[in-house]
Amino acid sequence: MGVALLSLVGLFIALYLYLYKIGQIGTLVCGTGSCETVQLSPQSRFLGVDVALIGVVGYAVLLLLSLLSLQPRFAGPAWPSRLLALLSGIAVLFTVYLTGLELFVIHAICRYCVASAAVIVLLFVLAVRDLRRSAALAA
Amino acid sequence: MAASPSGVNRFYLLLGAIALAGIAALVYQVRKPKGVSIPANVTVLAADTAGFRGYVVGSDSAAVEVSEYADYQCPACQSFETIQFPAVREQLIVTGKVRWRYRDFPLDMHPNSRVAAHSAACAADQGKYWEMHAAIYDRQMEWADSRNAASLLSQLAGTLGMDRDAFDACMSSAKYAGRIQASLQEGTQLGVGSTPTFLIGGRLYAGAMSSDSLRAVIARAQPPRTP
Repeated sequence: MGVALLSLVGLFIALYLYLYKIGQIGTLVCGTGSCETVQLSPQSRFLGVDVALIGVVGYAVLLLLSLLSLQPRFAGPAWPSRLLALLSGIAVLFTVYLTGLELFVIHAICRYCVASAAVIVLLFVLAVRDLRRSAALAA
Repeated sequence: MAASPSGVNRFYLLLGAIALAGIAALVYQVRKPKGVSIPANVTVLAADTAGFRGYVVGSDSAAVEVSEYADYQCPACQSFETIQFPAVREQLIVTGKVRWRYRDFPLDMHPNSRVAAHSAACAADQGKYWEMHAAIYDRQMEWADSRNAASLLSQLAGTLGMDRDAFDACMSSAKYAGRIQASLQEGTQLGVGSTPTFLIGGRLYAGAMSSDSLRAVIARAQPPRTP
């Protein structure tokens, strides 16, 4: 359940950044940090796609998987739980890459990116813990 | 490890509450007034054009002057600016052969064109006209179809090191709307009908010319050398 809640929080963070990126939101509420510097940098796109959009799609998929994994017919270490752990692990690696870009290439930190990083790391930890627990119960 | 039915209900209630709160916050942010509009139906005053005939780069003593009538939202202008203009600048402007004059010619079909032109004018207030000019064209894809181009352009000004508060105040004032309209009227009177159009040696050349074509036209426009 924690995974689903975190996915939803992450989804809104990514949506907020994406709406800003496409000009639907005037200014980012960013008291500290350099949100706009990061969001307007060339690194805010990955293979031609807005990183924020990748976040929106990624969190939406994680949310869907987490809700699926809560259904009784997918109880135990079924494919939604496994896929959830795998995808959130990939997301953590992608976040490490993006944080590296912020620190060493852009030289600016966006608080929303930090929040998203915290969410995805926690989400990954919970997803792996839930998977291991359900596998242990099934054994 | 199944949760109790009441626990599941509480979970879905919490999830729903977070979803509603998030949607409400995003809707509020999107609908918040963004507030910059550069009017087209403005009366051009003498002060709008006094001492101003476009943005100029190049030597005062250059033998040929090229006036470019262009629209920041026009794809052909963007193509010329990003592909051809660097060579033009290097081979003709920097070498002192040509003086370049940029004139705004915002087309009605491009709703963000005037906002972009005005943002370049506001950048000129901070001595960053040509930097902003290049950045607006470079990032055309990002702001061109945006409902909030002014905000994106303001962010762009910030990345170029401009004072954002001063820039935003300039944009909100729309103080250069008359100047932009005057530039459009001047081009229309000359016979400009599309963008980009170049005025070279008294003749109009429509379309995004290659730097080679421009060089040839400019060579023909140069006054004959006296022995």
